[in-house]
Amino acid sequence: MIESIILWCLAILTAPFFAAVIIKVKAFFGGRTGSPLLINYYTLIKLFKKGSVYSTSTTAVFKLGPIISFACAITVLMFLPIAGHNSIFSFNGDVIFILYLMGLGRFFTIAAAMDTASPFEGMGAAREAYFPIICEAAMFMILIFFYRLTGQLQLSAYFSGDNTIALWNLGGAPLLFIVISFFIILLTENSRVPVDDPATHLELTMIHEVMVLDHSGPDFGLIELGSFCKLFFYSALVSRLILPFDFKISAIGFLIFIIGLIIVYVAIGVTESVIARYRMDKVPQFVLTSFALAFFATIITLEFIK
Amino acid sequence: MTNAFLEISNGEKLSREQIPHLSFNDFQENALDIIKNGGKVVQYFGYQDDLSMKFLAVLRTDKLFVAGCDAPDSYPSFSKICEPFHMFEREIAEQFGIRPEGHPWLKMVRYHPSYREDMPDVFGNDYNKDIPGNYDYYQVDGDEIHEVAVGPVHAGVIEPGHFRFNCIGERVLHLEIQLGYQHRGVENLFLNAEAKRLPILAENIAGDTTIGHSLCMAQAVESLTSTTPDKGAQIIRTIALELERLANHIGDLGALSGDVAFLPPANYFGRIRGDFLNLSLLLCGNRFGKGLVRPGGVRFSLADDIRKTLDERIKELKPQVEHVLDLLFSASTVRARFEDCGIVSNYDAQQLGLVGPAGRASGIPYDVRRSFPTEHYGQIDIPENKKPSGDVYARARVRYDEVLQSLNIIQSLIDTPVETHCVDDINYDLAFFSFVVTVNEAWRGEVSHAILTDKDGKILRYKVKDPSFHNWNGLAMSLRDTGISDFPLNNKSFNLSYCGFDL
Repeated sequence: MIESIILWCLAILTAPFFAAVIIKVKAFFGGRTGSPLLINYYTLIKLFKKGSVYSTSTTAVFKLGPIISFACAITVLMFLPIAGHNSIFSFNGDVIFILYLMGLGRFFTIAAAMDTASPFEGMGAAREAYFPIICEAAMFMILIFFYRLTGQLQLSAYFSGDNTIALWNLGGAPLLFIVISFFIILLTENSRVPVDDPATHLELTMIHEVMVLDHSGPDFGLIELGSFCKLFFYSALVSRLILPFDFKISAIGFLIFIIGLIIVYVAIGVTESVIARYRMDKVPQFVLTSFALAFFATIITLEFIK
Repeated sequence: MTNAFLEISNGEKLSREQIPHLSFNDFQENALDIIKNGGKVVQYFGYQDDLSMKFLAVLRTDKLFVAGCDAPDSYPSFSKICEPFHMFEREIAEQFGIRPEGHPWLKMVRYHPSYREDMPDVFGNDYNKDIPGNYDYYQVDGDEIHEVAVGPVHAGVIEPGHFRFNCIGERVLHLEIQLGYQHRGVENLFLNAEAKRLPILAENIAGDTTIGHSLCMAQAVESLTSTTPDKGAQIIRTIALELERLANHIGDLGALSGDVAFLPPANYFGRIRGDFLNLSLLLCGNRFGKGLVRPGGVRFSLADDIRKTLDERIKELKPQVEHVLDLLFSASTVRARFEDCGIVSNYDAQQLGLVGPAGRASGIPYDVRRSFPTEHYGQIDIPENKKPSGDVYARARVRYDEVLQSLNIIQSLIDTPVETHCVDDINYDLAFFSFVVTVNEAWRGEVSHAILTDKDGKILRYKVKDPSFHNWNGLAMSLRDTGISDFPLNNKSFNLSYCGFDL
């Protein structure tokens, strides 16, 4: 248990570091040196040192937004079996709980955005509410798939210990679809290219960034840290899926897990560098691809696993 | 076709007595006749001459035409019949309080009090108030309609302008653009400025079009003082104008790439743009070409060692430019964003009178370098460069072509030694009671300056027209029925000047 809590703290602390890997990879493709790998820490420290500015037209909902979304993000990490170790909490059906915990975080971000009554933030909120609906469908398809393989609705049943290897043995090739499907969900949920552009300064094209325009100082710091944690959560799942090996010596297990994480973050960076962002009305098609992949994976396993 | 308008050539000095002075009705009839047959407005402005108000119009078909008339206090709007007059009539109404009756959208252009203090303000504004405006915006009604107001203060380090979108969901039904926040009264500054400050003023009308505007000013002054720059100076000016075009087009293509989150070309072009600005630096000691063009010639000669360095650097940059262009235009995801985005049809472009790359992207071949060549352009073969589709892709593609052409033009010009005599003693004794209009193809399109002098050879009216004056409405048109999230992309594909418009 203590070990799990330490891992959980480590995950939150290292999440900003991994996010900077993406920046480095993009800089490399752009022929630049890029900002240092610790840039996100500097940014967070800067933000937490500042004061917050609140518009007079906002209410308590606006102040609640960042706190709740951050709380949701770190609570979700408590259910994550980091590097195959047991998570802090785990119970049957926790996957559904996790999904809606993230939904709760999103709801409050959207509510806070709507609270500002800014037309930009309203637009961002509408987009933020729309795309994850499709993601949710894909996520449930993946759950159905996992449930068919393991008969359990529990994150640790898929990702802790040697369960992931067992998953590959059971699922086989269709699990590759799931990896890609997960990666697409990761890009969508974390506002990455080609769905959203985290680097733009143009309000009209933003999805996630525009919703947090009015937040400042520590509030914005919480939102940033929360989004690093969220990205870490998804990356950790993909990392376990692509490198499912379980070693009795935990040092090697960690090393493999971190290598997996870095592969995922580099893959995000490469994706962002080699493709342009999709037009807003094409994004649903892209996100639906993840659903279709998960759906096919499930159909295939229907035949083989009775 | 016989027309009462007088045919003139680009930069031709005319005594004002030679300009046909028509009755207002004849003026209107003839002007509309030219425009209805496919002509366009180059200049149309009012001026005060011995307390009487007059209009003067310079129109173009494949030739330039000029005529003037006495201005009435109000008149039936030309725009009702011929759209290209739209902005010009609003400008005249604002500057001199002359109301075009029945104008379809009579609104302030730049927000300043009328030059004639005796006339009531056409728009009913009190300019002593902090916010004088009666801002009327075109509105759309309905259940799901929402209005988005952007600016005048923007997130990036750009100039101020207000954009009002009427949307249904993500789709833009109408965009209205209100500018004028940068109004400095440039045209009036020219009237009272010391002669030697004229080039400085012209250079600073729009910083990114320094060469374009200073060329127009220099040619106009040269015409009125009957001086001719030597051949070397003409070549250097041509090189400078092409360098300006290169730096800006490359910067635009990089920014377009950045707007679709395709970073590598955005980064590379950002750097290469700087390299081309540095070539201007090499030429005259200023990255934007300030201080180079002066009436009578140029202030910096192109010595052989500089010419060689220029040649070497262009040889080095050319493959890089070609490589990055290829990277940008061969990426399918970029094509998917550019194609069919923000289409301005040829018909709309004609009605709005779009000029420059934006016009050529909508199938209007007009290019001053071909139609009314100045400087060394008469000896250079410029291709037509028009594209049929009118979308962001076409506007990017025009730039693609022009970048490669400009590189070739510069290379061919610096092939042989260029000799010129640098000007230091400039003649500013303008011919009295004269008129001249100059037109040049700057990187955004047709820049035009017109000068009228009075009986003492003093400037009576200095009129500046930046291509953005035509093209802002093109941007508004391109957004019709386009996703609001594609606005930045379209905006960048036009990349218009705020200060050039606001003057």
